[in-house]
Amino acid sequence: MNRLRLAALIPLLVVLGGCNFVVMAPAGDIAAQQRDLIVISTVLMLLIIVPVMALTVFFAWRYRAANKEATYKPDWDHSTGLELVIWAAPLLIIICLGAITWMGTHLLDPYRKLDRIAAGKPVPETVKPLEVEVVALDWKWLFIYPEQGIATVNELAAPVDRPIHFRITASSVMNSFYIPALAGMIYAMPAMQTRLHAVINHPGRYTGFSANYSGAGFSGMRFSFLGLSDGDFEGWVAKAKEAGGTLDRAAYLELERPSENVPVRFFASAEAKLFDAIRNLCVQPGKMCMSEMMAHDAKGGLGLAGIHNTLPLTYDKTTRRGAVFGDEPRYIASICTTEEAEAMMAQAPADTTPRNLTPMRGLGLPLPLFSPRGTPSLSQLAVPSRPSNS
Amino acid sequence: MASTITASQTGEAPVFYLKDEHPHPEGHSTPLGFWIYLMSDCLIFAVLFAIYGVLGTNYAAGPGPKDLFDLNLVALNTAMLLFSSITYGFAMLTMVQGRVAATQGWLAVTALFGLAFLGIELYEFHHLISIGATPQRSAFLSSFFVLVGTHWLHVTFGTIWLFTLMVQVARHGLITANRRRLMCLSMFWHFLDVIWIGVFTFVYLLGMLR
Amino acid sequence: MSEASTQTSMILGKLTLQSFPLHEPIVVATFVVVALGGIAVVGALTYFRLWGYLWREWFTSVDHKKIGIMYMVLGLIMLLRGFADAVMMRIQQAWAFNGSEGYLNAHHYDQIFTAHGTIMIFFVAMPLVTGLMNYVVPLQIGARDVSFPFLNNFSFWMTTAGAVLVMMSLFIGEFARTGWLAYPPLSGIAYSPDVGVDYYIWALQVAGVGTTLSGINLICTIVKMRAPGMSLMKMPIFTWTALCSNVLIVASFPVLTATLALLTLDRYVGTNFFTNDFGGNPMMYVNLIWIWGHPEVYILILPAFGIFSEVTSTFSGKRLFGYTSMVYATVVITILSYLVWLHHFFTMGSGASVNSFFGITTMIISIPTGAKIFNWLFTMYRGRIRYEEPMMWTVAFMLTFVIGGMTGVLLAVPPADFVLHNSLFLVAHFHNVIIGGVLYGLLAGIVYWWPKAFGFRLHPTMGKISFWFWVIGFWVAFTPLYVLGLMGVTRRMRVFDDPSLQIWFVIAGFGAALIFLGIVFFLLQIAYSIWKRHELRDETGDPWDGRTLEWATSSPPPAYNFAFTPVIHDNDAWTDMKRRGYVRPLSGFKPIHMPRNTGTGIILAGISLALGFALIWHIWWLAALCFAAIIVTAIAHSFNYDRDFHIPAADVVQAEDERTRRLAGSRA
Repeated sequence: MNRLRLAALIPLLVVLGGCNFVVMAPAGDIAAQQRDLIVISTVLMLLIIVPVMALTVFFAWRYRAANKEATYKPDWDHSTGLELVIWAAPLLIIICLGAITWMGTHLLDPYRKLDRIAAGKPVPETVKPLEVEVVALDWKWLFIYPEQGIATVNELAAPVDRPIHFRITASSVMNSFYIPALAGMIYAMPAMQTRLHAVINHPGRYTGFSANYSGAGFSGMRFSFLGLSDGDFEGWVAKAKEAGGTLDRAAYLELERPSENVPVRFFASAEAKLFDAIRNLCVQPGKMCMSEMMAHDAKGGLGLAGIHNTLPLTYDKTTRRGAVFGDEPRYIASICTTEEAEAMMAQAPADTTPRNLTPMRGLGLPLPLFSPRGTPSLSQLAVPSRPSNS
Repeated sequence: MASTITASQTGEAPVFYLKDEHPHPEGHSTPLGFWIYLMSDCLIFAVLFAIYGVLGTNYAAGPGPKDLFDLNLVALNTAMLLFSSITYGFAMLTMVQGRVAATQGWLAVTALFGLAFLGIELYEFHHLISIGATPQRSAFLSSFFVLVGTHWLHVTFGTIWLFTLMVQVARHGLITANRRRLMCLSMFWHFLDVIWIGVFTFVYLLGMLR
Repeated sequence: MSEASTQTSMILGKLTLQSFPLHEPIVVATFVVVALGGIAVVGALTYFRLWGYLWREWFTSVDHKKIGIMYMVLGLIMLLRGFADAVMMRIQQAWAFNGSEGYLNAHHYDQIFTAHGTIMIFFVAMPLVTGLMNYVVPLQIGARDVSFPFLNNFSFWMTTAGAVLVMMSLFIGEFARTGWLAYPPLSGIAYSPDVGVDYYIWALQVAGVGTTLSGINLICTIVKMRAPGMSLMKMPIFTWTALCSNVLIVASFPVLTATLALLTLDRYVGTNFFTNDFGGNPMMYVNLIWIWGHPEVYILILPAFGIFSEVTSTFSGKRLFGYTSMVYATVVITILSYLVWLHHFFTMGSGASVNSFFGITTMIISIPTGAKIFNWLFTMYRGRIRYEEPMMWTVAFMLTFVIGGMTGVLLAVPPADFVLHNSLFLVAHFHNVIIGGVLYGLLAGIVYWWPKAFGFRLHPTMGKISFWFWVIGFWVAFTPLYVLGLMGVTRRMRVFDDPSLQIWFVIAGFGAALIFLGIVFFLLQIAYSIWKRHELRDETGDPWDGRTLEWATSSPPPAYNFAFTPVIHDNDAWTDMKRRGYVRPLSGFKPIHMPRNTGTGIILAGISLALGFALIWHIWWLAALCFAAIIVTAIAHSFNYDRDFHIPAADVVQAEDERTRRLAGSRA
């Protein structure tokens, strides 16, 4: 198959002993497709880079001052034909690369629901993705499994070949959720939710970490990602349940305080809607959720009466201090009950469906002619239902 | 290129230097330089407008424009600034005619309008802060205060500059250097007027419509 | 950490004894070395009674040439600081394996990588680029000075004041621990309550004033001060790139100023622009900072492209191939650089269409850049290439930069960026273009224009040794980072747990050592050349058989640059003059009108420095005092109408006669 041939082009460095080129040899389908894109783009660019470098060396040697045999034309400074070529050659490459980029970016949009678990293996209609809620804390990762009802710190597991849908947020500062073996990264940001769809194809223990510097404990913000068979995954969930403990709001507020190099931890149960409360910055009771705030703001705010609807911030997860000329740190008090607030979170538009559920076939765009063996190279990026790919 | 080569071939001796000194009189780049500075300043305002565009509806469950703005006051304020621009225009006209006293008079009138604008603006800020609508209360108020406040600071510096120039004109009369400076301040002053029209439209009028 | 600094006093603000990092032995040792060095320099200057000379002839000078040289000195000094940071990072990363914490704690290490980035961009690359533009552009366009000579002096001192603030953070308090762009919320008051981010903000703001004004100044100079006959399409290509670069400065630095001002307000006044709560939006900061940040890299690289163009053409003994397309390529890059900022954060979750738009615009930039590479290539084609040091840098640049360009385009493919973003691959990429592009260009430029500035060449052998250490060192230092990036290693890590990575970091550290030798030999080259300056003397003013106007005057040029304003007929004005029998005028000299030196620039910058320091440490009385002092000084300066003087014709005659003698001597 085409992809295997290209994979063979992957830097020969892979043979270098002992090194784990995880980006070039990942274990998840999304990361593999991203790897393919890297390889294709590199090969495409080498088409022009190699001749340029060769010409540089050749001209530099050939026209050295000592070589009196070489032609010397001090006033030759223009050639329309040559100018056309030197603008057209990069342009052509970029047109090809641009087409690949457009296709690849849409196909590998992290928000797009998966339609295959590997090349030639569409996602069965019956399989629902595993839901995982990810929270980047100072400086550890919290994973909540709403389906299983468990929560873990610094260990993530997923059954092999089952699509995973991550919903990602952060408690304080920006981080980036990255498991190189699984899929590309996406930022984890406070008061915001990002998403990632991915699938792991090979069982194993992989590394995940934050790929965006987030403060003193950043280096230790690493976790294990376990690709497990269905049975092992059940076992892993059962292990978590045995561990006991409940991750409720109070436990979360304790957990989110800064700590470094945190060992793996399991919670047998996690409070429902906790993730939404984290994302809406309202785990602390009485604090107004972002969703509620946005609902008020959409109606023009709460008017002059709303000005004083703030309370001093007594609880604090860091050594938070206010600005020297500002007020004491405060928060906005909620005017609804917790239940109402949770209902509002459920309505928040960002939380409904991924942006685009339709499978991308890539049929709308003409296929470029540059691929090896004349087969459309874009089909590697495309989905299995495309007959030419199987 | 081709023409110069022909020139040399036809035997005309090319001129390679000017015998006379000074093709660039002093200060001849100043209007351009000042104009470029204004454009860079305009970019600062562009950023503040963009921020206001993004954050301007984030009331943080607090008050919105309708609760806070008094259009009558703002209209009065706008009138002050627009009048000051007109009077500055008169100052420039009299400057061209070389009438020092008239120029100074119009500059003084401009300064008065400017001060009135600054005072009214301060009153508005004071009022907002006194009812608790502080820049800290919401992103909307932060961006409002900073956009309008930056404009206020510019007008303040413009007024200080205006007074400085009045002293300089009084001392040295309408010499070239002072004319150039009055011209620059004129550009600055009208530029602030244009910015204010943007503020008036996007912040106040659109805010009341929202 | 100085958690005790919550107490503020009326007189010293947050500044207490704990603010001095006496518990950090590395910092204390550095301080001792710097202090001893400083005392030695101050002592020597005092002993040789040089202060008056420096003040009169340099610090208060409005001569673009002297200001240019001072910029270069600033940039080279700061290069040493920035490089020291780099070496410390390399050692830490090569060390911290197998459970070892290395030798730097997070508090120190995180400051180092922030300072390294900030210093290298703002206080090394920017001063060096601005310095070269300052020195060369007026000479290339046949002008006596820049449009606003006083502003030029002021700009330089503001840049220096920013650099001084950064250096102060090393010994008083701390620097930011946020990464060089200080993304909120991390850089907000809630998560960075200490003075580090304040140092960052005020250093950049103070320096930013200088940069913006210098940008305005050079645009005006290029637009208004060109010699007669020099139409836009006859401007030397370095002047063209300088023009575009300064347009970028003026059109992007205000965005930085505004963005940092808003972050400042968040930190000082408690506004909610970039906070998580109260409706703030940190993503706005990331967008704005990159709307400045992306053009910034083109501010640096465009003049380097200009230098390579001049060097290639000069040392190939040939007109620049495709001058017109080179100019258009530069302009296209200038414009496109504003349409790509989002590629720095594809991973923020913008939609696929937005990401691909910015990915494709980024790739489009490689078209004009590629055209430029080809233009240099075909300038060499059928030339007679003399391998002096500047030309060696150029060839090394062409071979290095295309790789950096390739990895850059690779990173512009959003799905590829998803796996390589923030990785060491990215770090390798931008060092590949900034060292392989900007720095090689600057070094080429320094060697190329050195004889013009000082009247003697740099010693070539030492330079070539430095060159090889740099080039080989670069590849040894950064190839491992490419490799590590493909192994999924992210940037700014302090400790590692996978032992298989260590060897790569050790190799990279070895590469840094080679680069260190490159820097050492570069400095030795300067020192040795000064020592041997009489042997390396250039009397002609045109040591390389140059092609543009700066080679038409003496080396070093007289204060007035050209005794008579030149008239231009061709792009390669000086080649044209040489070919068509230009005869240097020997009589008819007139008094020359020049700007007068002024100390206002250094005074204003000094007060700004104090203002920045006061604001950082919350010393409000000092801040208020300085602010008032700045306004009063500026107003007082505006009352000085006596800003220029005439160089008497007799002095011009004397200088020109001296040149005539030396020219005759060099021919004999």
